[in-house]
Amino acid sequence: MTDTEAALKALMLLGLDGDAPAYRLLLSQLGGRLRVYFERRMRDAPGDVEDLVQETLMAVHTRRATYDRAQPFTPWAFALARYKLIDHWRRRKVRATLPIDDYVEVLAAYTPEPGSAMDLDRALETLPERQRNLVRDVKIEGLSLAQAGDRAGVSQGAAKVALHRALKSLGERMRGRADG
Amino acid sequence: MRTDDLIDQLAAQPRAIPAGAVQIRFAGVALAGGLAALVMVLAWLGARQDLAQAMTGRMFWMKALYTALLGVAGFWALERLARPDGAPRKALLFGAIVLAAFVGMGFGQWLAADPDHRRSMMMGGSWRVCFGYILAMALPGLAATLVVLRGMAPTRPALTGFAAGAFAGGVAATVYGLHCGESTMVFVGTWYTLGVLGVGALGAVLGKWALRW
Repeated sequence: MTDTEAALKALMLLGLDGDAPAYRLLLSQLGGRLRVYFERRMRDAPGDVEDLVQETLMAVHTRRATYDRAQPFTPWAFALARYKLIDHWRRRKVRATLPIDDYVEVLAAYTPEPGSAMDLDRALETLPERQRNLVRDVKIEGLSLAQAGDRAGVSQGAAKVALHRALKSLGERMRGRADG
Repeated sequence: MRTDDLIDQLAAQPRAIPAGAVQIRFAGVALAGGLAALVMVLAWLGARQDLAQAMTGRMFWMKALYTALLGVAGFWALERLARPDGAPRKALLFGAIVLAAFVGMGFGQWLAADPDHRRSMMMGGSWRVCFGYILAMALPGLAATLVVLRGMAPTRPALTGFAAGAFAGGVAATVYGLHCGESTMVFVGTWYTLGVLGVGALGAVLGKWALRW
């Protein structure tokens, strides 16, 4: 967690000085953590999770002058997230309380490797084309199995089996990479 | 909109933010609010006739110091409350100590005084207008403070509004000292304090709906 905090804070400080690539990386890293944070607290309304992630990222951006450079970054960012979540509940007339410091578990739960998205792309490239397209269609673009099967010209059942195999070999490849 | 697209937009050309941006903005507001109050004193109420002589006395500066310190406490609390994770406890405690110390000294003098003088010490010649003038003179500064706060990230709207009022009220009351000729601590401790707290209460009411984001 402290490593994550140090990395995010370093990116934030660069972003405050106008460093666009560092700032973009900060927002996307933070976005993933915010998604986990909101998903856990909004099981009743999963459709609103992405809205809250975006609202919080916008608040981080427009109100970033209120970040005190001498203080840790994560408590500041998740205080914005908490305010947005309470506001969301308030608008929906839900009464709830939310502890201030429970974002800690998100840092523990979500610790992607810095290059994990790139690794996934590389591992995907090693799959046969048909399997690769299936994984993209279903897991990344979010099509249903039937739709993805239509695209690939196979039945839903065949798509399901092929996707299962593809994910299995993808997992093996990424694990192999991590072990090696 | 997809989140990735949003991130691309936000990170396209991030403007650099100077260190101390929050303090700089509130210092600007204090200056603007103080100038607005000064214009009101000069154009509307008029400076006290004996200003030059009064400035050589101790009480003139005691009054100014008291109200300025209330403004400083408001500034300090705002500097914390403008941030989503800011803890204003020390700043509020500081303001409470300043207030209690001055009001305590004022009432100490008042109780020690000859009973025949107590009424004039407490009421002076202007107790009826003191509260209203301070409130009126603080309005431009309070409005400016709330506008600036709307661009920040306060998560406790009523308390933040109160701090904004104490801040603007402290600045305005300090400037009001250029007009007001009252010179007992118990007068200042009562009516100036009520004036500043009144602006704070107004700020709390306004903040409750103005400081949502």
